[in-house]
Amino acid sequence: MKILVAVKRVIDYNVQVRVKEDKTGVVTENVKMSTNPPDDNAIEEAVKIKEAGKAKEVVAITVGEEKAQETLRKALAVGADKGIHVKINNTIEPLAVSKILKKIVEKEKPDLVFMGKQAIDDDCNQTGQMLAALLNWPQATFASKIVVKDKSLEVTREVDEGLETLEVNIPAIVTCDLRLNEPRYASLPNIMKAKKKPLEQITAEELGVDTKQRIQQIKVEEPPKRKGGIKVASVAELVQKLKNEAKVI
Amino acid sequence: MSVLLIAEHDNKELKPFTLNAITAATQIDKELHVLVIGNKADGVAKSISQVPNVKKVIHVDNEIYENYLAENFTSVIIKYAENHSHLLCSANTFGKNLMPRVAALLDTSQVSDIIKVISPDTFLRPIYAGNAFATIKTNDQKKCITIRPTSFDPAPTSGGSAEIVKGEAAEAFSLSKFVKREEVKSDRPELGTARVVISGGRGMQKAENFKLITAIADKLNAAVGASRAAVDAGYISNDHQVGQTGKVVVPDLYIAVGISGAIQHLAGMKESKVIVAINKDGEAPIFSIADYGLEADLFEALPQFLDELNKLNTIQK
Ligand SMILES: Cc1cc2nc3c(=O)[nH]c(=O)nc-3n(C[C@H](O)[C@H](O)[C@H](O)COP(=O)(O)OP(=O)(O)OC[C@H]3O[C@@H](n4cnc5c(N)ncnc54)[C@H](O)[C@@H]3O)c2cc1C
Ligand SMILES: Nc1ncnc2c1ncn2[C@@H]1O[C@H](COP(=O)(O)O)[C@@H](O)[C@H]1O
Repeated sequence: MKILVAVKRVIDYNVQVRVKEDKTGVVTENVKMSTNPPDDNAIEEAVKIKEAGKAKEVVAITVGEEKAQETLRKALAVGADKGIHVKINNTIEPLAVSKILKKIVEKEKPDLVFMGKQAIDDDCNQTGQMLAALLNWPQATFASKIVVKDKSLEVTREVDEGLETLEVNIPAIVTCDLRLNEPRYASLPNIMKAKKKPLEQITAEELGVDTKQRIQQIKVEEPPKRKGGIKVASVAELVQKLKNEAKVI
Repeated sequence: MSVLLIAEHDNKELKPFTLNAITAATQIDKELHVLVIGNKADGVAKSISQVPNVKKVIHVDNEIYENYLAENFTSVIIKYAENHSHLLCSANTFGKNLMPRVAALLDTSQVSDIIKVISPDTFLRPIYAGNAFATIKTNDQKKCITIRPTSFDPAPTSGGSAEIVKGEAAEAFSLSKFVKREEVKSDRPELGTARVVISGGRGMQKAENFKLITAIADKLNAAVGASRAAVDAGYISNDHQVGQTGKVVVPDLYIAVGISGAIQHLAGMKESKVIVAINKDGEAPIFSIADYGLEADLFEALPQFLDELNKLNTIQK
């Protein structure tokens, strides 16, 4: 079995994101970038399945600018066998990413595609579902547990009501939640070894995918700020304020 | 043209967030149609037909829709997409799972999680865990949009009388199968719609200590929330998680107990009207957005809080 894992390079989750003064976006210069957190879970799960002898190959793919390769190098350092970098220079929407991924799926013929449930920059939560639609494959989104069976997966999903379990035939798309597993760290020797692993590069044009934006970003602004509150000295004061000042109890 | 809203329900009852989505939908276009896909969901179709401003209910009933598999729902929605300019549903796990599958087949770039309708093609949505608000305009012919329910008031449930038309089921998708659902039943209000929410974080230290939280929740008729750290640690189940990758809540009163205030948590609660933080670390970031901060050990503060509440006899339900 072969598993393809989509990883995106995003602003690190610890960075306090700031809006640009000209309102065209957020500040990305000199800002720490990392792999989108749930994509680390997706890689980890694929590598675990390979280690359990149930998969032969794990291929990581990213769509992005030149530097997005860092994300692939990290995936290779934690156990992926090959990286594919689809180079683009513009901002790209989930629909176009899913079209690119479809082309790669047709070439690589993976049995499973693992992805993150949501990119923490655009917070779209779309790409996996879109890819599943384009391929007419089953989808198991927001996965917190995956059991690999003979010709199917049993996936536990985190939904608003609690947990839901689906059985999806292989091939399938799974989007991963942070609770799926505990991603490992890349060791220094493995980082060195990863440098020798294959990394292919291709452009969206070569794949014949139109990546033109359909959604126009008119402006990006700071959200309204909350005005600072007060500290209360005691529980009694808190209750009194909630009752008489805020009038919420 | 008209807008088509996909109703969320459990075949017996309409899920309350559908009413919030209806409010957003009517701000986009007055010609609002609602699609009810379900199994023996006549009651749901009936109740939606009574929501004012709904012009038509399309009801597609078949046993294959019992468990709302996105694959099966998508084929029905695609059939009805043709006559509508906008396809809408709530941006909760139901809509997040479903709408992109529809959008991709319509070759539409979806707009996720809108918090404001500026015009029928221009919307406001949070990005970067709510650290920025983007105004975006979609240029696609057909528009697929998910709505953050807590950003819109719920529509009234009576006064309308829309016609209900029966629609036809689409072919079943045979490659996925529903196995089971583990729902945590509780008598408390739902997290998403509760007027008061009290949440516990890693500071609670263990599952058992959530008793301190639930006692207050019962007193205030509040829903119980949690940080991701508390859920990860197994103190409480995942459906309680508030934040960027959990639920968004906008109650009148949000009480954060033993929660540090990471941006991913704030993303799910910082629009609450009044925020209370109880934390023993005076420097915890949660205090910077709290209206009332209490720097205290929660194991002392929570029992006192309950005592004080017991002294009041005017808790409104
Ligand atoms: C991609 C991504 C998505 C995420 N999504 C979410 C999300 O949706 N929701 C979410 O909540 N988090 C989310 N997180 C995690 C988030 O970054 C934080 O790790 C998490 O919110 C921390 O939870 P906490 O505040 O309970 O724990 P901590 O940060 O450990 O804080 C515990 C607090 O309890 C206080 N405390 C301890 N003991 C006591 C006591 N006896 N009395 C009073 N106070 C006490 C401490 O002072 C401290 O401030 C996400 C992270 C990532 C990377
Ligand atoms: N540019 C990209 N390159 C690789 N994978 C991506 C890219 N954009 C999105 N993905 C994948 O799709 C998931 C969901 O992203 P989104 O739909 O943008 O929230 C991410 O967690 C990734 O696994």
